[in-house]
Amino acid sequence: MRDIAIVAFAQSNCVRDAGAKNEVELIMPVLTEVFAQAGINSAQDVDFTCSGSCDYQQGAAFAFVAGVDALGAVPPIKESHVEMDAAWALYEAWLKMQAGDAESALIYGFGKSSPGELPIVLSQQLDPYYLAPLWVDTIAFAAMQARYMLDQGLITERDMAEVVARSRRNAMNNPHAQLKAEVSADQLLTEAHYEAPLRRHDCCPVSDGACAMIVCTVEKAREWGKPYAVIKGIDHRIETHHIGSRDLARSVSVEQSAQALGVSNGPVDIAELYAPFSHQEIVLSRALGLDERTVVNPSGGVLAGNVMMASGLSRIGEVAMRLIRKEGRRGVAHATSGPCLQQNLLTVLEAE
Amino acid sequence: MAQLAAVVGVGQTKYKTKRKDVSIAGLVREAAQNALDDAGLCWNDIDAVILGKAPDMFEGVIMPELYLTDALGCNGKPMLRVHTAGSVGGSTAIVAASYVQSGVFKRILTVSFEKQSESNAMWALSNPQPFSPHLNAGAGGYFAPIIREYVRRANAPTDAGIKVAVKDRLHGARNPLAHLQLGEITMQEVADSPMLWEPLRFLEACPSSDGACAMVIANEELAGQSPGKPAWIRGCAMRSEPTMYAGREQVSPQAGIDCAKDVYRQAGIHHPRKDFDCAEIYVPFSWYEPMWLENLGFADEGKGWELTMSGATSLDEGGDIPWNCSGGVLSSNPIGASGMIRFAEAAQQVRGLAGGHQVDGAKTALGHAYGGGAQFFSMWVVSADKH
Repeated sequence: MRDIAIVAFAQSNCVRDAGAKNEVELIMPVLTEVFAQAGINSAQDVDFTCSGSCDYQQGAAFAFVAGVDALGAVPPIKESHVEMDAAWALYEAWLKMQAGDAESALIYGFGKSSPGELPIVLSQQLDPYYLAPLWVDTIAFAAMQARYMLDQGLITERDMAEVVARSRRNAMNNPHAQLKAEVSADQLLTEAHYEAPLRRHDCCPVSDGACAMIVCTVEKAREWGKPYAVIKGIDHRIETHHIGSRDLARSVSVEQSAQALGVSNGPVDIAELYAPFSHQEIVLSRALGLDERTVVNPSGGVLAGNVMMASGLSRIGEVAMRLIRKEGRRGVAHATSGPCLQQNLLTVLEAE
Repeated sequence: MAQLAAVVGVGQTKYKTKRKDVSIAGLVREAAQNALDDAGLCWNDIDAVILGKAPDMFEGVIMPELYLTDALGCNGKPMLRVHTAGSVGGSTAIVAASYVQSGVFKRILTVSFEKQSESNAMWALSNPQPFSPHLNAGAGGYFAPIIREYVRRANAPTDAGIKVAVKDRLHGARNPLAHLQLGEITMQEVADSPMLWEPLRFLEACPSSDGACAMVIANEELAGQSPGKPAWIRGCAMRSEPTMYAGREQVSPQAGIDCAKDVYRQAGIHHPRKDFDCAEIYVPFSWYEPMWLENLGFADEGKGWELTMSGATSLDEGGDIPWNCSGGVLSSNPIGASGMIRFAEAAQQVRGLAGGHQVDGAKTALGHAYGGGAQFFSMWVVSADKH
């Protein structure tokens, strides 16, 4: 496996409602920013472009097609799209670079969830014959998972509140965060339940926005003369769709990927985990075998702002930028999709 | 550098308007199981699954790969979902090939599907959007003006489209999996069918189909051990351009020209009409055969229709460069799978496994797909020979 360098990353602010902004207007600012960081002009200057988005967020078939208008794809470019979080778009590009078919790539993800009711919309990603007709939303599924973990004595409501308090506190240093505050676990625990046992703050907010990244071979990064962080490995796995067939207190697929990547073979200084619900951060930390030596979600994580289809790539970008700023030597980023962490992607990164 | 990869198994479903006998999971499982059987493999032999389909609104299931994990034996394995509009079946095959070409995986399963009967594609394509005028045109209405421009420029006779409609249906009648079985179709019958979008008549348009297509792709070592003949992947290319821009050539898009050049260079193709034994090209509306003949360099500009009219692309007329021997998109159109069917049928030809629509001794074939406003292209070249 050859090392791949992350040389640029940009993300928009997470906002509850981006108003009349269309896809191009969401994407353009972050593209402009990564081009400037990498010292290039447009998508014409990279070998490959790949994006992640979901039609159902804005309610338009082929939502990604308009995104191509932001790329300056004249003359035509080598371009692809996954109907997944853009972390998997990075994976597609990473494979191309491993095959020697590209030396550099632009990755971007965007999501505009504000036109619909996201938790209800996402109920339609369930088995269409047995589950989707019940309209079980994402929060209800997460609440069942949290209830199971509480009943088993694997977590306490205070553990969950502490995850949120740390997220709100860390987010105060993140200019892109939507929710930030100095708040204690005690204060959070005084709030009423929302979908018991979840309180409103245990759930990520709904956000509009975009992010973009430029990756390239280490040789290319040196040629461009830009600081970079290195992707040492990426691995992704999916688990059964049937919630009843899974141990919801564990993330078996994260354990498998962590094993495959050798996450525990060295210290993990920074971890950015895509945990849309507070208790899921605990599930993920345990699956990765993290302890107090790891700084978890220094950005505040997605509890502070969650741009569906971009948040996974942003986790990777957050770790990369911190490694470039010498806040650590080695980090892990995680992305997820599906109900109760059904599908997961891990990236191990190191400083230059 | 990229590792060699080959198609070692192909599986398809029977294509029809409504596959009421299976769920979506049952549909993809049928194609996947057929591909595994063809490759002499079982589910445990697969390292990853790469799934492709067109917009989720075509079935009303968001990111259906989540739900299809179990049907595709993917529990604990990597699953990736590609969506590049109508070209998605082809793009998915190319992404799947990169899993092996990268050296990261040894053998993977790729599946594309559409179960159009679960929803309404015309609605899904035409729901009004806040920032753009509401066309409500569907694909035929979108492409008809571009076709009219081709006819005007090339001064083509009106029956060139009719000829393609007949030719591909006669091809489809040789393929038991094809949706439309119209072995008795005539030029007159097509000419008499209702005009939908001038100059496209009802019988010059593709059907709406349910169906799935799957392939097993393996690295050089495992392909060598495969019981059947492998189809070696000799080149893969994708290109995209915006839907609209000042000066855009919509009749023969630059992205298609560039994509073909790229894939021909990789595969050492200099004269497509001579160097290919056959081609499976995405022709959802009859006139796209002459248009793509020119775009892909099989005919000079303005001369594509002459090639079609001469019978050169017809298996039944003994043409030298048969196009869409399987019946093509005009005979079966499960949209998200239609591109992969082209890629898979090209592989079957060079493996000598195309049955009643086999081109004798076919060694090298082109698979092609396009999508969006004819702006996304994916192509691959497969060959019976490794190099």
